[in-house]
Amino acid sequence: MVCTCMAATIKSPSRLARPHSVFRARTLSEVFAETALDAGPSAFVLASLPRHSKPVLWVQDRLSTKEAGDPYLLDVPLLRVQLSRPADVLQAMEDGLGCSALGAVVGEVWGDPHALGFTATKRLVMRAEASDMPCWLVRRASAPALSAARNRWRVTSLPAAAHPDDPRAPGQPRWRAELFRSRMAPPAEWVVRHDRAADRIHFSAPLRDGALAEGDGTRGQFRAR
Amino acid sequence: MERWQKAMERAGNSAPDDLPTVLVTEGTHGPVVHAVNRAARLTGIKRGGRVVDMRALCPELRVEYADLAGDEALLDRLTLWARRWCPWTRRDGADGIILDTTGSDHLMGGEAAMLAGMEADLSTLGLTAQLAAAPTWGAAWGLARFGPVRALAHPGNLTEQLAPLPTDVLRLEADTVLMLHRLGLKTVGDLITIPRLSLTRRFSRAELARNPLMRMDQAFGKTAEPIASVEARPPVRALSRLPESIQDPTPHIPLLCEDLCAQLEKAGQGCRQLALTVFRTDGEVRTVRAATSRPNRDAEHLARLFEGKLERIDPGFGFDLIALEAGGVEALETRQRRLDGKVDNDLELSRLVDRLTARFGSRAIQRPARKASHLPERAQGWVSAMTMPPETTDTPARERPIRLLQAPEEIRVLYAIPEGAPAQFIWRRQTLNVTRYAGPERIAPEWWQDRPGTRLRDYFKIEDQMGRRFWLYREGLHEDGRGGAPRWFLHGMFA
Repeated sequence: MVCTCMAATIKSPSRLARPHSVFRARTLSEVFAETALDAGPSAFVLASLPRHSKPVLWVQDRLSTKEAGDPYLLDVPLLRVQLSRPADVLQAMEDGLGCSALGAVVGEVWGDPHALGFTATKRLVMRAEASDMPCWLVRRASAPALSAARNRWRVTSLPAAAHPDDPRAPGQPRWRAELFRSRMAPPAEWVVRHDRAADRIHFSAPLRDGALAEGDGTRGQFRAR
Repeated sequence: MERWQKAMERAGNSAPDDLPTVLVTEGTHGPVVHAVNRAARLTGIKRGGRVVDMRALCPELRVEYADLAGDEALLDRLTLWARRWCPWTRRDGADGIILDTTGSDHLMGGEAAMLAGMEADLSTLGLTAQLAAAPTWGAAWGLARFGPVRALAHPGNLTEQLAPLPTDVLRLEADTVLMLHRLGLKTVGDLITIPRLSLTRRFSRAELARNPLMRMDQAFGKTAEPIASVEARPPVRALSRLPESIQDPTPHIPLLCEDLCAQLEKAGQGCRQLALTVFRTDGEVRTVRAATSRPNRDAEHLARLFEGKLERIDPGFGFDLIALEAGGVEALETRQRRLDGKVDNDLELSRLVDRLTARFGSRAIQRPARKASHLPERAQGWVSAMTMPPETTDTPARERPIRLLQAPEEIRVLYAIPEGAPAQFIWRRQTLNVTRYAGPERIAPEWWQDRPGTRLRDYFKIEDQMGRRFWLYREGLHEDGRGGAPRWFLHGMFA
């Protein structure tokens, strides 16, 4: 895995330093989805997971499974847990964080359940840091409330990069990742491009002018067909 | 036959007693009668006859297929149940149980009383039995099948009892019996009168089931024929008797588990199931169960399986006896897995699966199982994590979404375009505009497992105005002769 970080000219380089160290932090991070049906946040989490033979514990609550579907044909070995109550999801994640045979723990929680308060996230943070394991919470249909998560991201899909062969087709996926709260870095925003085949992720500063953004498919290619 | 009648009664369509009914099995030349009821026996239908012949005898005959495997399973259970009379029991062929009652008949009031009691007990189960008591296995077999009702034989009167009976008594094969008949030897008494030397000469090379002399020796006790009992394993169980009744078993679990694991370790075994039973003071019993994915005897791990489950025990007014019993006991050798003293990854993982399964049930924990199929919903299935991890197949050649909906959701196309993805559609009450698309990728139905008339699918990867990427498909083509206009579905989401 290679991470490249292009410092932006608009903000000072120090403010945007090292997004990939935050991205790969071995602690609890939260990802909020702007729209519930966007697969960008789960793809963002998947891109961050370490590629080794250790399996990933993927815990979903019932609504997340129903609305956003199952993880499908992933490259990492998976152990999926389907539960109906959010409190059970947190319990299963805590159980998973105590097991050294796992590579990471990912939980998906729909909405703002009462069980997912500050105490519950604090417990997850402490367990994740004690076992030195990345732990992600994917939140859909929820507003960021009080949480002990070390890093909190908001991820939205952006129009994909241009396809190398077909001008009418979407190419490599791009997302806007906003780190709005973090212990490790100041808040910042990036455009993230992911090359799934080569397993490469690029963080770059966002271009404010949409017309300059290369190949985002919204202007010239809108009616390319 | 009686098992079948009982099953039919339970299903609520019991046949009348006076309707001749037979159970059949497949023979070489068509079905053969395996069991008959009383009405059929009275009309002259015999076991072993062909069904077409028996139909000629009795046209209104009702014919059902026999469940031989079920009969065997019942007989195996009954063999263990028969330990109520004596400790040494074993199944004998497909239709008998042999009990070695030496030294236990006096507990039932003598042999005659014991046989009567057996018949009564079996009839409460709804079974009729032909019983006989004899000094040898062979004699008991023959007397039970061909002798008088509840035949009793002693070493003294064994010869008199067996002599008038036909040669079938000797557990011989049918063609040997037929041959003896042709030689004019119809009863055991005829055989006894033949000099031993000539019988030996005639049957010197025959094996046991074709050798009347050896069978006769067995029946009269000249050759020993011991009974090897099927031994039910003693239960592995740890008990904790309490001086006073309590309501919460939690503090006793670790000690019970240690006790149980010490027993298992001594026997070189591990268990896959655990049952915790509390005996309540008001005469009730409550049980909680847990299971592990591989044989285990680690006390700490087993104790953790009961976390969160003990609240479900209804303690009533308290209980004063706790029993922890191991089920699914298998051999488990002590092995050193690694030299550096760390715990094996596989072991850790199986323990996590155990804990999650104990807490949330086995259906909640799954692993993906890839299959060689082009249809997206068949390419990845989910199997229980308690089973071994399946071997992985190659990744698909074409790009696939990272999320797949559990069932494809139909979308309403507002602005269709021929030969391509729709320009605008409604999904979950939102209107989405397609800005770019890739495709189609055609996936044909799998004719070897799909129903005839299943339509092909054309998949498109599309991007909407907000930059989200979805996987759509059109089911069927216009005028493909398989239903009306093609419908559109949304099946998954791309990264």
